[in-house]
Amino acid sequence: MQIDLVQEARRQAEICNACRYCEGYCSVFPALHRERAFADGDITQLANLCHNCRGCYYACQYTAPHEFDLNLPKALAEVRRDSWESYAWPQPVARRFHTYGGAIALSLVVGITLTFLALRFIGSRDGNGFYAVLSHNAMVAIFLPAFLFPLVSLAKSLRRYWRAVGGQTLRFRNFSAALSMVAQMKDLAAGHGDGCNYEDEDRFSHARRYAHQAIMYGFLLCFAATSAGTVMHYVLDMPAPYAIWSVPKVFGLTGGVLLTVGCGWMAALKIRAERNLGDARAWGGDLGFIALLGFVAFSGLMLYALGSTAAMPVLLALHLGSVLSFFLITPYSKMAHGFYRLTALIREAQQK
Amino acid sequence: MHRDYDITVIGGGNAALCAAMTAAEAGAKVLILEAAPKPYRGGNSRHTRNFRCMHTGPLGPLVDDYSEEEYLADLLKVTGGKTNQHLARLAIRTSEECLPWMRDHGVRFQPSLSGTLSLGRTNAFFMGGGKGLVNAYYRSAERLGVDVLYEAHVAHLELDGGRVTHIDYTYEGRTCRIAPKAVIVASGGFQADMDWLARAWGPAAQNFLIRGSPYNRGVVLADLLEQGVHSVGEADQCHAVAIDGRSPKFDGGIVTRLDCVPFSVVVNKNAERFYDEGEDVWPKRYAIWGRLVAAQPDQIGYVIIDAKSLELFMPSVFPPLKADTLDDLANQMGLPADKLRKTIDGFNAACGDTSTFHPTELDGVATNGLKPPKTNWARPITDPPFYGYSLRTGVTFTYLGLKVDENAQCSSDQGPIQNLWAAGETMAGSILGQGYLAGFGMTIGTVFGRIAGREAAAYAN
Repeated sequence: MQIDLVQEARRQAEICNACRYCEGYCSVFPALHRERAFADGDITQLANLCHNCRGCYYACQYTAPHEFDLNLPKALAEVRRDSWESYAWPQPVARRFHTYGGAIALSLVVGITLTFLALRFIGSRDGNGFYAVLSHNAMVAIFLPAFLFPLVSLAKSLRRYWRAVGGQTLRFRNFSAALSMVAQMKDLAAGHGDGCNYEDEDRFSHARRYAHQAIMYGFLLCFAATSAGTVMHYVLDMPAPYAIWSVPKVFGLTGGVLLTVGCGWMAALKIRAERNLGDARAWGGDLGFIALLGFVAFSGLMLYALGSTAAMPVLLALHLGSVLSFFLITPYSKMAHGFYRLTALIREAQQK
Repeated sequence: MHRDYDITVIGGGNAALCAAMTAAEAGAKVLILEAAPKPYRGGNSRHTRNFRCMHTGPLGPLVDDYSEEEYLADLLKVTGGKTNQHLARLAIRTSEECLPWMRDHGVRFQPSLSGTLSLGRTNAFFMGGGKGLVNAYYRSAERLGVDVLYEAHVAHLELDGGRVTHIDYTYEGRTCRIAPKAVIVASGGFQADMDWLARAWGPAAQNFLIRGSPYNRGVVLADLLEQGVHSVGEADQCHAVAIDGRSPKFDGGIVTRLDCVPFSVVVNKNAERFYDEGEDVWPKRYAIWGRLVAAQPDQIGYVIIDAKSLELFMPSVFPPLKADTLDDLANQMGLPADKLRKTIDGFNAACGDTSTFHPTELDGVATNGLKPPKTNWARPITDPPFYGYSLRTGVTFTYLGLKVDENAQCSSDQGPIQNLWAAGETMAGSILGQGYLAGFGMTIGTVFGRIAGREAAAYAN
């Protein structure tokens, strides 16, 4: 962890702890007000509880030009990214993707190229639909490791995080409390339920919360579609392609639309939002990640729409390539934040 | 922005905004002239956190009830009877209808903050504090078509024939003149004008810290008083509390409070005690300590506690000085070490049985034969590390202001001034003759802001 970032967040947290006006906004302040002194792990935990809604910034009487120069959303965002990078495994790649949109674009090119090469050199001897272009076995051989690797990497990172913030033995009720916070994205609604201050200074709006939920639920639906397909393939012996009213298609289509719209909306909000109230250095990486995730969803929808045309092999390569790159950089991109947030909320549920 | 305004509101805090919104809703064209730049808009309202509200049953965030008589009794207690009961009752009675009005105009409330549970029945806390309220009001005012000029410094109101004929102000380096039909003054006290404070208080005032906005310099107040507008309150009266001596000169706000005095020994720069640190609970004594510190040499005090007491009070904005010995602490604080040791030794020797020590109640754990005594929470200062804070006088607001009637209208010897109203801190002296009741400033501002807006709009239309 970078000492100067933690130190600056601690300086600000100490001022907040003497004020307490923001207590009702989100999970950060009750957690902050429980402490008298802030160890590095406490600051890391506060940083990962913060959803960057910025309500506290606009309500703060101590922001610049005041000499206290408070900008808690920014200070916590910087510590947050630093914590993700510091706990990531393996280390050398960890510090690239959060910051650089270019690195994400490059990973996309590499992912698509690899998929083209797979199509060209592995291909398929028989099979229907997409499997006529790349065999099911080849897809599994590529994507199973690409799916498991990020899970292993994230598990290692979250263990490091859990130790740093002093987490205790997990209980089911901690988990369910945290999931309920995430399901409603309570920390983006603010204590009064009017939303956050994101795209238009101190005006409260639910835009970011709704965009975020479109992305999150869209992603989960797509994930459910793939899982359902896997079960149908292996357990029920019903290989793809599936009919429009089948579970994988219904979930995949609604999820794909939600994800595409959500990512577009989120990118538009992010472009309008004041950069200096977040981690300005991660802006490019964040936007690059949103674009990548949106591209995954959009290319999936295109593949569905044009799957029976001559464009299919090219679209399949674009879609699978973007999925591949998305999976591989998950532990090092903004995608990791979801796992850390959930972990932080579980820890908060333990301490409440 | 070249148009004729019906009403000009001078000031940009809670009272000004309540007046502007009310007048705009009554159909008036309103211009706000706010002296502060946008990030500092809102005057002392930025630093407030709640609204004291009468209620006959649970209301919004408020529990139980808080009757007019109980509210008035609380006010009489802190002011020692120095109040205009007619206006006080008006403020109290109207406060109940204000809370839903505030919500309708964008203010959001939150449960009583941690460390303030005793206020959950009487005071409605703003979500995010006073700046959150101010932001919401500016949004609502904007929607109602109110225009706002920031960094607009009003220099003069011309009074002629019992009415204000025009206002002179500077804006973006130019001198401007405007002649609205009605004027509402809501520009606070004069506490940020150190020279005025020094004239009223003596040179000691130069060492005072100003807890609120640096823009409340009383320019409009002085201008009107010079022209014979009736005043209320005395210039040498101000609400001052003892705060952390390291606080900024201006605008330190709530975080600069120090709640540790009851658990401490307080000395002046000669390392001598000067008052009973344990006379009563801190919320009832911090204002007295503002004056006590002001009366000490160099207007400074030094608080000394030991390890036993460190966690008994709200965390301070800056960490305390810390030392393993009293000598070292004395050196860090610039106090004569031998003298301090003698004072602390004398204090420790006068401490008796501390087994009934209770940090949140008057526990009667007192010194014996010490002058001045410490009558509660008197535990010897013996456990290292020792901690120290400096104390300074922090001025919250001044009491001298414009005298108003129940319609918030100003007057002179010739009678009411036809088109001049005042609201907020600048007329609060009419109700708060001395002392302070938490959250009552916002009540006065809201109630009289709305009255001034209503009356001014009725006149202008």
